[in-house]
Amino acid sequence: MNNLDMREYIINLLEHGHRIDGRKLDELRKPIEIKVNVSKNAEGSSNVKIGSTEVMAGIKMTVGEPFADSPDQGVLMVGVELLPLSSPEFESGPPDEWATEMARVVDRGIRESKMIDMKKLCIREGELVWMIFLDLYTINDDGNLIDACALAAISALKTAVFPVLEKDKVKFGEFTKNKLPITKIPVTCTLSKIGPHFIVDATTKEEKVSDARISICLIENNNICAMQKGGGSGIEIDDLKKVFSIVKDKTKELRSLVTTAAK
Amino acid sequence: MAQAKKTERPDGRKLNETREMEAKVGIIKRADGSAMFRMGKTIAYAAVYGPRELFPGFMQNPEKGILRCNYDMMSFSVTERKRPGPSRRGVEISLVTKNALGPAVNLDQFANTVVDIFIIITQADAGTRCAGITAASMALADAGIPMKDLVSAVSVGKVNGRIALDLVKEEEDLDGTTDIPCAIMSRNNEITLLQLDGDISEAELIEAVELAKEGCHKIYEIQKEALKEKYKEIKNE
Repeated sequence: MNNLDMREYIINLLEHGHRIDGRKLDELRKPIEIKVNVSKNAEGSSNVKIGSTEVMAGIKMTVGEPFADSPDQGVLMVGVELLPLSSPEFESGPPDEWATEMARVVDRGIRESKMIDMKKLCIREGELVWMIFLDLYTINDDGNLIDACALAAISALKTAVFPVLEKDKVKFGEFTKNKLPITKIPVTCTLSKIGPHFIVDATTKEEKVSDARISICLIENNNICAMQKGGGSGIEIDDLKKVFSIVKDKTKELRSLVTTAAK
Repeated sequence: MAQAKKTERPDGRKLNETREMEAKVGIIKRADGSAMFRMGKTIAYAAVYGPRELFPGFMQNPEKGILRCNYDMMSFSVTERKRPGPSRRGVEISLVTKNALGPAVNLDQFANTVVDIFIIITQADAGTRCAGITAASMALADAGIPMKDLVSAVSVGKVNGRIALDLVKEEEDLDGTTDIPCAIMSRNNEITLLQLDGDISEAELIEAVELAKEGCHKIYEIQKEALKEKYKEIKNE
């Protein structure tokens, strides 16, 4: 089936409230599995599966000089590697625009929610701060990589511990029991727009025929801390209201999974 | 190795003993073939895509398909962060991995195409290239690529003056350790990967490679079992 036929087929189903895999429009795939501490050399790590979409997150920490505009705060770097192992459509090479967009969307959710108390990562103001490298790797792409990456990121951060610091140097491979200063759990939910319909947790087949996508990151009190409208088409103000009510529901569902899996 | 007495290896293994192993086939749905192989704390994922059309066209071989390999490690798989992306070490390991697997596959029927092998290490405790080759070999078989045998790989070496199988990082890092990664096709005992760094006598080398052969035969059984397991599952569905 070519993409046009597929699009028509998918829209026809959506008109009747169905999806190609039998889900409702606002239904996440099941099961969603979150495993933590999956890589023992990392300060924190996780493996997230949403349906057959699978990603891994890992955290390495070191110390270094803070940025000039935030001398009393730690540093967070988020990267996404779309491994060619995970899809026939990904190619080797430096992160492309899709990987970069995804990394920045995940980064903003964490940064803007103030999930991590960055001031507590300061060792000596203007001189030495903790630097967190959070790297995300795709293992299998069957759609909705953004939500999977965001979920993996917060699960890894929530369970990460500081490495041992001696005379301003990190002793690599030695860990303390001290967890990162986590204050909130920001959760991202992405909806895809196909024709007039919005669906959550799109698969690759659905993403291919989508017009637009919107990712929204909510903290516990349902305030919005990051948002990204993706894809080529626009959306309407009225759409936003519909989208928010779904996102509130879904982020709550996802947050409870993280709280259970990443203690 | 006749002697099988207890030694003081860091994890209490005998000199001729491999670490605990785990193999799983078909772990990546988007790939044409895939596998996971765990050797103790070293974990490798491998995926195979192809045979598929090769671009740019001038790289195509009109007589047979070509094999490409890419090996890399996750940034957090090692104690000190490895920057994502290619490294000199990764490029060399990709090459020797391709050469280790090449003799086992037959791409005569697939002119102008490429078979891509991607290996990623998710957790490292020495022997990552060997775990990668072992996983990739299962992934090739899972993808249905014609093969004359599976390739199994393990590292052997000299630690504290004694020949030992399947070194861990702690042993590899000791002063004076010789490390010899080997890959072997079990049916005809053809060696397709052989590297060495260290200092070792000829007699010791032969002893080490004989030990690697024994180790590879054990890995071979686990590979076959994992492949059968996947197709057992399919039959039951």
